[in-house]
Order: sequence, then structure tokens, then C-alpha cells
Amino acid sequence: MRSLTVQFRPALVCLLVFTLITGVLYPLLVTGIARVVFPGQANGSLLVVDGEIRGSALIGQPFDDPRYFWGRLSATGGHPYNAFNAGALAGSSGSNLGPLNPALAEAVQARIEALRAADPQAGPPYPADLVTASGSGLDPHISPAAAEFQVRRVAAARGLSEARVRQLVAEHTEGRDFGILGEPRVNVLRLNLALDEVR
Amino acid sequence: MTTIGWLQIALYLVVLLALVRPLGWYMARVYEGQNVGLNTLLAPLERLLYRLCGTRVEEGQSWKQYAVAVILFNALGMLVVYGLQRLQSALPLNPASLGAVTPDSAFNTAASFASNTNWQGYSGEVTMSYLAQMLGLNVQNFLSAASGMAVLVALIRGLRARTEASIGNFWVDLTRSTLYILLPLALILALALVSQGVVQSFDPYVEVPLLQGTTDGDGNPVTTQTLPMGPAASQIAIKQLGTNGGGFFNTNSAHPFENPTPLANFLELLAILLIPAALCFTFGTMVGDRRQGWALLAAMTLLFVPFVLLAAIQEQAGTPQLAALGVDLTASDQQAGGNMEGKEARFGIASSALWAAATTAASNGSVNSMHGSYTPLGGLAPLFLMQLGEVVFGGVGSGLYGLLIFAIIAVFIAGLMVGRTPEYLGKKIETFEMKMASLVILIPCVVVLFFTALAVATPWGKGALYEPAISYTSIYNPGAHGFSEVLYAFSSQGNNNGSAFAGLGANNPFYNTTGGLAMLIARYWLMVPVLAIAGSLAARRTVPAGPGTLPTHTPLFVVLLIGVVIIVGALTFIPALALGPIVEQLLMLGL
Repeated sequence: MRSLTVQFRPALVCLLVFTLITGVLYPLLVTGIARVVFPGQANGSLLVVDGEIRGSALIGQPFDDPRYFWGRLSATGGHPYNAFNAGALAGSSGSNLGPLNPALAEAVQARIEALRAADPQAGPPYPADLVTASGSGLDPHISPAAAEFQVRRVAAARGLSEARVRQLVAEHTEGRDFGILGEPRVNVLRLNLALDEVR
Repeated sequence: MTTIGWLQIALYLVVLLALVRPLGWYMARVYEGQNVGLNTLLAPLERLLYRLCGTRVEEGQSWKQYAVAVILFNALGMLVVYGLQRLQSALPLNPASLGAVTPDSAFNTAASFASNTNWQGYSGEVTMSYLAQMLGLNVQNFLSAASGMAVLVALIRGLRARTEASIGNFWVDLTRSTLYILLPLALILALALVSQGVVQSFDPYVEVPLLQGTTDGDGNPVTTQTLPMGPAASQIAIKQLGTNGGGFFNTNSAHPFENPTPLANFLELLAILLIPAALCFTFGTMVGDRRQGWALLAAMTLLFVPFVLLAAIQEQAGTPQLAALGVDLTASDQQAGGNMEGKEARFGIASSALWAAATTAASNGSVNSMHGSYTPLGGLAPLFLMQLGEVVFGGVGSGLYGLLIFAIIAVFIAGLMVGRTPEYLGKKIETFEMKMASLVILIPCVVVLFFTALAVATPWGKGALYEPAISYTSIYNPGAHGFSEVLYAFSSQGNNNGSAFAGLGANNPFYNTTGGLAMLIARYWLMVPVLAIAGSLAARRTVPAGPGTLPTHTPLFVVLLIGVVIIVGALTFIPALALGPIVEQLLMLGL
């Protein structure tokens, strides 16, 4: 017991001091530096077109219009790509469906049918990432294969040539970081914003 | 697996192992109280802190005093985290006006962050105010990690002590771990992450327009998207470095604001294993025989790599069920292919599977893909890595002290075979040490299996605590996968990991309470016997190595150590695994 009372003072002091250092000073220091050095990144990488905020380069948006490229399936609460909803207590979420859950096969099948309804010529094989839900439900990217799969539909719906649309896709395709890390990917929102700019 | 996938995994291992020596050397100097270059800046602060504490650097503690200090300190921290959650609606820095967290969830989270588990029963962006995240969770990210490192250093002192009976001073070890090791590393990593797009802001959530509107579940039009903000980068840096793993956002490092680019992913992944791996070198340096540290690091690495490959190969192969629907599972330069359910397009298969293995080998528990949607054997890899007792790298400090206990068991078994008193680093291992070591090995196994059995044998596991018959269930997926969800939850909490098969609806009184208890038992009922061993060995004379001594730095010993870890884990958990992922694999193949 004596040990407990003797140790109480250092325990309290350490907790207070370290709360101040790691809980207040450290986040404030990082925020301060970030605000000066990386202001865009620290505040959500917002896409500003003509002075207007159009979304975030890092957070995907829902698309099901044939004129737009579609992103990954999203299992966020309420509606797809719901990044935050205070009322529904909903935020980022994966589907959490197990590999043998019949609901997973149904979700994949439904996506395939939607793709085929929008473009009857679209047939198998379907790019894996285009028919599955992302981990965050907010994935801003699709694979180049998933973009190529949709080129014909988007071109037809917009009355553009496939070559023109394919060129836009290529302009919005990022390679692996340093040629090795991660996967090549296409930012869907950026691509769709660029499509709307085409006259 | 593609060539580039193999290269990604190889590059990771090379960079990790290259950093072991410099960081391990640095940490050894910190714990020995030698100059490391930051002293001009930090030493005055350190001295002031000791004066306020009424303690002195040279003032050693007995193992009992050390244990009381750790537990008292962690208990106070837990109380603060609990209080902050319960009172957050009345406190400042709550721009989204989030309400008080429920008592059972607040208990679970407090236990979770104090015990370095960071299991998350809650969803970050819709539950925790900025204040609760910063002063509660973020502080414990540092202090729970520093506590684990302190206990490891105490055990090292016990192993190398010649005459002194002291194992050091907890307040000094805690202070040095935090100020000299965790803070500088976290600062560097946090800024690197912000540069990649991890948010760091105290501004309110941002509302942005949708390019194409949609409708919500009730058919109402939705034209905007609310982007959650917060001081995320500073917290994410330490959650990766301190093997904490509790995400700022619900989907952890799968969330694009938490892990925006493949480079950010690589850095966060590196941070998971960095300190646990480097501590092996610190250990070797401090006991005066670096070969001992390299041997333990070799055992960890050799245990780790096969599980990475298992997860990566299984996830890349995908499932016959997906293939039957016409899904293209082949990897190419145009797509990742494989089982992409629950994975992010920017990471693909290799970076996701590597993370899954690293985060469960270390007791980190952060995720960049949803483990609950993995193929059966792909999901077995992280599950079994946790069940091995979090000694394959493991938590910062706790992983290595866990493996040192396994090393003691290994020399004991070798001693039995040749009929000699076992010794480790010149210290004879006797009855008391073996009793304590057995506790360390057995307690997590009992906790995991007992609570799993309790959950599946009663209606409680389905979420019913008070009513006998219910129509709903917390276990989201049907069949064997549902059992895996429960087994995974308790394997994770009973080994202080914190990752989840997130299909399980674990935010209810039953899972919050049992999980909270599992985390506390797994942390402190292991820490105390470890400190007891440290104290007992410190008081014992070192004997010179004789012809009957088993050298503990040789490949033979590495193999023996791996054997002991695998055998204990396999004997305990294979029956349970057979009911979950293994039967699911057979079903998947249509057998």
C-alpha cells in the first residue's frame, strides 16, 4: 500500500505533463507546420474549379449516370459514398461480407446487371474492382481496366469519340508511386469533372 | 501474384531490416541515458519532470514497485479516457455536436487504448469529439506504447544484471520512451503523411457538392457530401508507430483521408514493424551480445514471411464464386484483379495482404483493407498470427518481452531433453521463472477460447443480453464465417491486437464488457509475471557458460524457438480454426 501512495504523485504528474505534450502541443505543432507547408493537403485536398469547391480529390462520389464513369461499389450507410451523416451516425464503411455470403454474390451480380443495362454490349470478363465494394466505401479510384470497360458507354452517351474519351482516361491515370508502390489508378471524380469540361 | 507484387513485399522487408540497426542503436543509447543529440533540447524538460515527480534517475525500483507504477499509471490514463468520452458533449472541441458515449462502449474503448490494443467498437468520425481523440486516445497511443517499452527494458535489465537487484525506474523509462523515441518519430511521420493528403485541421467538417446527385434510403435527394476533418495525421503517425492501431476514421487506414497514397501506405506500413523490429537490436546491444538480438529478429522474420505469402497468394487467387460470375481475377498492369472486395484500388492485393500480415504480426491492428471480406485462408493468416500470442514482432516492447518468455520456455524444453538446468544469458531458469512463463503463455489462450465459447454457446454472442429470444443477430455473416468473426474478435482483444472481422456488431454491452476484460487481462496479467521474472533474474548471479550450456544465438536455437511458438499456437487453436476458416475453405472449394 505504501508503494501505491508513493507512486501516486509521479503517476499524476506524468499523466498531466504528457497529456499536455502529446495531447496538446504535439497535434498543435503538426497542425501549425501543416497549415504553412501543406495547406491544401491538410484541409482535405479539395478540388477547386473556378473558385468553386467541387469535391475532394481523395474522396469518391456516387455515379450511376451512363454519361459518367462509375467508381467502386460503396457500402456506406444510407447511400453510397456517404462520408459522414450525423443523423444516421454513418460514415466510412466496407461491406464486411464474407467470401461465401450469398449477399456478396448478389451485390456483384446487381452491379454486373447495371453495367449491362447501361451498355448492352458490355460482357464478361468484368474488372474485379469495378464489381466489388471498396474497404472505405469512399475509394476515389478505379483501375485502368475498369475505366477502359466503361469507355464505350461514356463515349456513346456523350456523343464523343471513344478515342477522345480514352485520351481523357489516359490523362487521368496515375502510375504506381516510384514505379513500384501500389497500383495504377484513375481518379473517377477528376475524370468526370474533365468530361464535363469537354465541349 | 505478379512480379511487382513480390517486389513490393521484398522492398518492404529490405527497408525494414535496414532500419533495425540505426534505430535499435539509438534506442539502446536512450535507455542507457547516453547522449543522443536531442539532449540539449529535451534534458532540461526531463530533469524538470523528475523533480516534479519526486523521483531520481538513479533511484531503482523493485519489480513490485515497478509493476505498481505501470498499473497505477495505466489505470489513471484509463479513467481519463473514460471520463472524456462520457463528458464530451459538455466539453469543447466537438464541432459535430456528438453526444456522450455509452458506458459500456466508453469502458471498452478506455480499456482498449490503455492496454495498447486499440480495438474499436465505435466509429471514429461519428462517435468521438476532437477533444476525446486528442486528450484521450492520442495521449494513450503514446503512453500505452511507452509503458510496453518500459517493461521490456526492465526485463532486459533483469536478464543482464550482475549484482544489483534493481530493474530500473518506470518513470524514467516511460519518460525516455516518450520524449526521445516516440515523439520525434511521430513528428516526422505525421508531417510526411500530411504531405500525402492526410488531413490535419481543427476546422469543422466540410460540405462539398456532389457532381451527380443521388438519393438516400428513404428516396430523398442528396446533393452534397460532408467530409470529416480533424487532427488526423498527428494521431495516425503514433497509432502506427506505437502498435496501437486505433483509426481516426471508422475504416482506419482504408479511409482515403487516413491513408491517401501508396507512398503514405508504405510509410504507415513501415511504421507498424519499425520499433518492434529495432528493439531486437536494442536488446542485443543492452545485454552485450548483439547475436542474441539478431537471433530473435531472425525468428520473428522467419515466422512472419510465410503468413505474408499465404495471405497474398490467397487474395490474388480470389474465389471460384467470383470467377463463376464472370469477374476477371487475373492481375495485370491494367488491374489488380483477385479478391478486391473490401480493398482499395490504390493499394491492390499485395499492399493489402502485406499490411494484413504486418498489422497482426505486430499487435497493431490498424487495417487498410477489410479482413472480414478476405478469402478463408487469406483471413486465416492474420487470425493465426494474433493467436501466436503477438510475439512475431508483436507490440512495441510487449512483442519482444513475449518472445523472450518463449525463449525461456525453449531453453527449458531443451534442458529437459538433455537433463540439465536450463539457463538463458547466463541466468539459471528455475521453478519460479517457469511458473511465471507458463502464465504468460497460457493466459491469452484461455481468455480467447473461454470468451469465444461463451459468445457462441449463449444468445449473448448474437447481441441479446437480457431477452432470451431475439430475431436479430450481431453476427453478420452466416455459417463458418460468422464463427470466424467471433473467434477473430476475441483473438484480437485477448492478444491486444485490435483488428477485426468487422462484420461482427461488437458495439453492445456483451462484447464491450467481455472484450474490455479480455484486453485488460491480456495486458496486465502478462506484464506482472514478466516483471516478476525480471526481478527474480536480476537478483540471481550470472553463471559462466559451460559445456552443457545451449547457445541461444545459433540457427539451431532459432529453429527451436520458432518450433515452440508454432506448437503452442497450433495445439491451442487448430481445433477452433478448423471450425472457422478451414471449414469455410472446404465449402468454398465445393468439397
